[in-house]
Amino acid sequence: MALEKITKVVGTGVPVMGDDIDTDRIIPARFMKCVTFDGLGEFAFFDVRNNEDGTPKDHVLNEDRFAKATILVSGENFGCGSSREHAPQSLYRYGFRGILAESFAEIFFGNSITLGMPCMTLARPDLDEIAATLKADPTTPVQLDVLNRSVTVGEREYVAGIPEAAREGLIEGRWDPIAELLETSEQVDGVADRLIYV
Amino acid sequence: MQDNPKSLFEKVWDAHEVGKLSDGRSQLFIGTHLIHEVTSPQAFGMLRDLDLPVRYPNRTFATVDHIVPTDERNEPYSDALADAMIKELRKNCKDNGVTFFDTNTGKQGIVHIIGPEQGITQPGMTIACGDSHTSTHGAFGAIAFGIGTSQVRDVLATQTLALSRLKVRRINVDGELAPGVYAKDVILHIIRVLGVNGGIGYAYEFGGEVFDNFTMEERMTVCNMSIEGGARCGYVNPDETTFEYLKGRNYAPKNWDEAVSHWKSLRSDPGCEYGDVVNIRAEDILPTVTWGITPGQAIFVDQNIPIPAELPEKDRATAEEALEHMSLVPGAPIAGTPIDVAFLGSCTNGRLSDLQEAARYLKGRKVAKSVKAIVVPGSQVVAQIAEQQGLDKIFTEAGFEWRGAGCSMCLAMNPDKLIGNQLCASSSNRNFKGRQGSITGRTMLMSPLMVIAAAITGEITDARKLFEIGRTAA
Repeated sequence: MALEKITKVVGTGVPVMGDDIDTDRIIPARFMKCVTFDGLGEFAFFDVRNNEDGTPKDHVLNEDRFAKATILVSGENFGCGSSREHAPQSLYRYGFRGILAESFAEIFFGNSITLGMPCMTLARPDLDEIAATLKADPTTPVQLDVLNRSVTVGEREYVAGIPEAAREGLIEGRWDPIAELLETSEQVDGVADRLIYV
Repeated sequence: MQDNPKSLFEKVWDAHEVGKLSDGRSQLFIGTHLIHEVTSPQAFGMLRDLDLPVRYPNRTFATVDHIVPTDERNEPYSDALADAMIKELRKNCKDNGVTFFDTNTGKQGIVHIIGPEQGITQPGMTIACGDSHTSTHGAFGAIAFGIGTSQVRDVLATQTLALSRLKVRRINVDGELAPGVYAKDVILHIIRVLGVNGGIGYAYEFGGEVFDNFTMEERMTVCNMSIEGGARCGYVNPDETTFEYLKGRNYAPKNWDEAVSHWKSLRSDPGCEYGDVVNIRAEDILPTVTWGITPGQAIFVDQNIPIPAELPEKDRATAEEALEHMSLVPGAPIAGTPIDVAFLGSCTNGRLSDLQEAARYLKGRKVAKSVKAIVVPGSQVVAQIAEQQGLDKIFTEAGFEWRGAGCSMCLAMNPDKLIGNQLCASSSNRNFKGRQGSITGRTMLMSPLMVIAAAITGEITDARKLFEIGRTAA
């Protein structure tokens, strides 16, 4: 299963600023009544974007000028709460290919990397500056350089973080670990045999 | 003194590590895998796409909890999507030889309640489930954590996961909790102190006199909400309380003495190194209520709702957003806030002892007319024992609706939902915007006793005052 080597993500961005944006907000639970992930894209941030009566809210994600954005910019502890992979799946299917935030909740981060969607961390002042740049000009090119741990927005380059294991997986095309996990069948049985409860 | 003292986390991790992967992560054997209807169907689908069998079908256990209606038991369910999900899980379990605690077994319930209840959850295990509250099982001295659906696929196909080792933060709570202060208050306080993201990168090891004295159910309540503090897993070292709880349960080890002796050896060694140590005094913890939209936005019931300008700058924007959503007045006392709904249940506080404690104080009293109150036992076993003890009658006589087992209004994937901007006094674990099924719905998290107190008076109430707890202590 050869996977694409993801060294860079290039596109435009949309700032959805705020801290502790949880996975219930990314994909409300009522949209998880499904047995596949197909079609989840249209429900990403559904209640953030829409009023109770279904009319669109005055929200950055409803602005036409951000409609083609592929990089999401947010704040601290992004993706906290429920472990639902439906959250990154819905963002990916909505069209996002990378996320920048001050920090990520662990389960969300792992789920996103396994989909091949890089999540990189930046200092808050840098994120605020990026958000301002994008608001001023949504066509500003944004580039996530996974290989060199940096993010370029227009002319400005920022230092960005990503844990080594995730970086390695993305740039080597091994961001989904299933192939490698399947290779060690005998060793797995060996560990199982040594455990008193298995 | 041992040469190389280790924490329980390290011992369990080392015993389950298959090897290192090319990206530097560990391949970790998952001894016990729990699944439910919401996060597993896609994983079984991926397995079919890859033409892979379930590798260790006897190490996966299934139940249905999130979508089950709590007031109708007959299938097909009136919600066709929910009906399709339970049937899909039933089929996946049957096709793959996975044990399924179905609704007709008498053992169905919230996955984090039935694991311990059946004795499936044991010390020294690695336990994974596509549900973030899997941290609950750490109460037994297991390394237990939530995973995504692709990882459910990984466990089904290989019984392993690719994971980075966590650091361990030891959290000591010493001293004695005051009367009317519960495990729920302890974890809400810990989250308030360390933050909702303070636990990222850590496993929380809970200890100290308070945990030594806690029952297993109290330990489960605390470990359950580790994830709300950002810690993917939380645990308590196993002791006699743990062994006593497990003895005689359906899945308890047959080689009991050997198992207990092994479990004792897993406890964190004296002098082991922790990534961090935090000390909290039990006396500093009072009944706690959330006022915002994250579990860290909490205060003691006798405190006033925060004024954003007086908070640290980094917390202000979220506080303002929270106060707007909650329609609360900054600076006003939180006690006296009117509620519309009282929810007693969830994997945090839907166990027998939660229901018993609530019923003890509810007996002979009435729910306020303005309040819709429901109690949802965490499992069919909890419901059955509670009914044998007559707890259901105490609840219904007081004006609570007595429901069937499930996750219910904790996340509102079944028909139990808030309507409009109703405010719910809830024994559950998350107060996120929209969490309880209405976009404008409002949630305040608290202990079961505080839920009961709010249900009776129709407003947020200090249960210690209402029930005169601690005043007549001899």
